[in-house]
Amino acid sequence: MAEVLVVVEATREFGVKKVTLELLTLARELGTPSAVVLGGPGAAAQLAEKLGEYGAQKIYAAESEEIDGYLVAPKAAVLADLVRRVQPAAVLLASSQEGKEIAGRLAVKLDNGILTDVSELAADGTATQVVFAGSVIVKAKVTRGLPLVTLRPNSVTPAPAPATATVEQVEVQVADSDKLVRVVERVAEQKSARPELTEASVVVSGGRGVGSAENFALVEELADLLGGAVGASRAAVDSGFYPHQFQVGQTGKTVAPQLYIALGISGAIQHRAGMQTSKTIVAVNKDSEAPIFELADFGVVGDLFKVVPQAIEEIRKRK
Amino acid sequence: MNIVVLVKQVPDSGAERNLRTDDNTVDRASADNVINEMDEYAIEEALQIKERLGGEVTILTMGPQRATESIRKALSMGPDKAVHVLDDALHGTCAVATSKVLAAALRTLDPDLVLCGAESTDGRGQIMPHMLAERLGIAALTGARKLTIDGDQLTVERQTEEGYEVVTAAKPAVVSVWDTINEPRYPSFKNIMAAKKKPVQTLTLADLGIAADEVGFAGATSVVLEHSKRPARSAGRKVTDEGSGGQQLVEFLAAEKFV
Ligand SMILES: Cc1cc2nc3c(=O)[nH]c(=O)nc-3n(C[C@H](O)[C@H](O)[C@H](O)COP(=O)(O)OP(=O)(O)OC[C@H]3O[C@@H](n4cnc5c(N)ncnc54)[C@H](O)[C@@H]3O)c2cc1C
Ligand SMILES: Nc1ncnc2c1ncn2[C@@H]1O[C@H](COP(=O)(O)O)[C@@H](O)[C@H]1O
Repeated sequence: MAEVLVVVEATREFGVKKVTLELLTLARELGTPSAVVLGGPGAAAQLAEKLGEYGAQKIYAAESEEIDGYLVAPKAAVLADLVRRVQPAAVLLASSQEGKEIAGRLAVKLDNGILTDVSELAADGTATQVVFAGSVIVKAKVTRGLPLVTLRPNSVTPAPAPATATVEQVEVQVADSDKLVRVVERVAEQKSARPELTEASVVVSGGRGVGSAENFALVEELADLLGGAVGASRAAVDSGFYPHQFQVGQTGKTVAPQLYIALGISGAIQHRAGMQTSKTIVAVNKDSEAPIFELADFGVVGDLFKVVPQAIEEIRKRK
Repeated sequence: MNIVVLVKQVPDSGAERNLRTDDNTVDRASADNVINEMDEYAIEEALQIKERLGGEVTILTMGPQRATESIRKALSMGPDKAVHVLDDALHGTCAVATSKVLAAALRTLDPDLVLCGAESTDGRGQIMPHMLAERLGIAALTGARKLTIDGDQLTVERQTEEGYEVVTAAKPAVVSVWDTINEPRYPSFKNIMAAKKKPVQTLTLADLGIAADEVGFAGATSVVLEHSKRPARSAGRKVTDEGSGGQQLVEFLAAEKFV
């Protein structure tokens, strides 16, 4: 079976991202998964075990200071060379900012079609995308070149399929024309060990109804009890209650967790755009007419400052 | 500084949007069409740079005839002129071919700086800036929440999943922006009137040296096979808190095996 290239995403702290495990699981349906690590020296060695555990037969290790030191272009260049050499059946990336950017450049380099934000990919290359705030389902296909697809996190359940991955070192030579954007500084802001918003299986979000930045501690407390990530509506972000990278919605992150809890969020169409495909939705809002209740599997009409502390106490009791 | 701002007309994300039943393209005819929201932030950034450093701000749009409404609206914020790539053969163009057309138009404008939105609310690709940079052989600094310019050097602070990065490049470059970068101005009455007289140049594919079969359905690198309405979620149980709302909530979570 032909190789399927999976571009690996990892964090320094937590290693291989869950979405990469989803990609490997998906790749096994399409061919033989090969993981591609694009990173600094020594990056692949730390990730190899986990990648093998999820079925990577081969790991292409493209490691160089320059890959880390310059934005996106070197990664796309290395990947394009690899695709030309290996002639894979498909190239799969995460639908993260960087995943999409690498894929976009690859599409131009190879004059190849590209499909982003895909939630399902069939063996014949037919991709499913949910668009327009979760209201329309699209089936699409790349018609020029190979399936080049970025997968929306939480689309596939990662399943282990242990393999012993052989590591192949890929020679990296970055042309000056790919070294135009230098990374001067990387600053980590993740304050806690909370799961990443797009990958979390539980997300607890707060809206304008939370009232203040201090009050978000309540949202965080519930999220932590459930092992979840914290999200926020745009109104909450605009009011300075919570940082922008946690915004859920049309102009923020799209999340599809098992459980989404909306606290003090009205449920505007642009907010729904980012959470509509969650498996189970729970809402607490004092306005019984709030549109969020139209899509909530369970809703509590009430003051979140009464309901949430009681819920927290109840969960503690049961633990 | 010669600045070009990419502006895309999109169906209003606050209203119902759909694809056309005949050819699976975005239904623009029956939609309320607006400037892609992020692009307004790109326009604002361009105007602020012009106010500091001088130069000219040009709007560039590829889109159907009705996109002129959005172009006039963009001009009413203050840019100097606009270029509209308009050609019937463009209907059905994929993202890859769109980048080819926009890159060709940009070559004719020879900008120092290209500003655009970080993503469009209809396509949500986040891919255009890098595709353009790839074609033009220039730098792409994407997802900016802050842009500083020092001579030829551009420095961008960009949000990442884990925090933020500071990246830097020399002009010319493409910079895409998020809505955290500034607060777009409202068009003044004076500028609304002035916008009506500002030059809007129309470019066809022939003007750009692109053949009709490189774009549209003929040149598309991907195809939408079909689309369907996703069944709306139905409301579940709703309880009113009369002292035990929190407990009821946890009972639901427990029944669903979340606690
Ligand atoms: C182009 C565009 C893009 C956008 N993108 C996004 C996006 O990405 N994400 C996003 O979220 N929004 C987005 N919006 C904004 C969106 O339209 C709404 O304005 C926003 O989602 C509202 O946030 P909210 O629900 O927190 O605030 P509100 O609409 O003000 O709702 C607050 C809710 O809290 C309830 N409440 C108040 N106090 C309490 C209490 N003590 N207990 C319980 N409930 C309480 C109220 O009843 C109310 O329903 C976008 C808008 C546009 C035009
Ligand atoms: N047809 C177009 N005309 C002008 N600008 C565009 C067009 N398509 C995309 N853009 C620009 O590219 C940005 C990112 O778009 P996207 O890659 O579709 O998310 C948008 O915010 C626009 O600034």
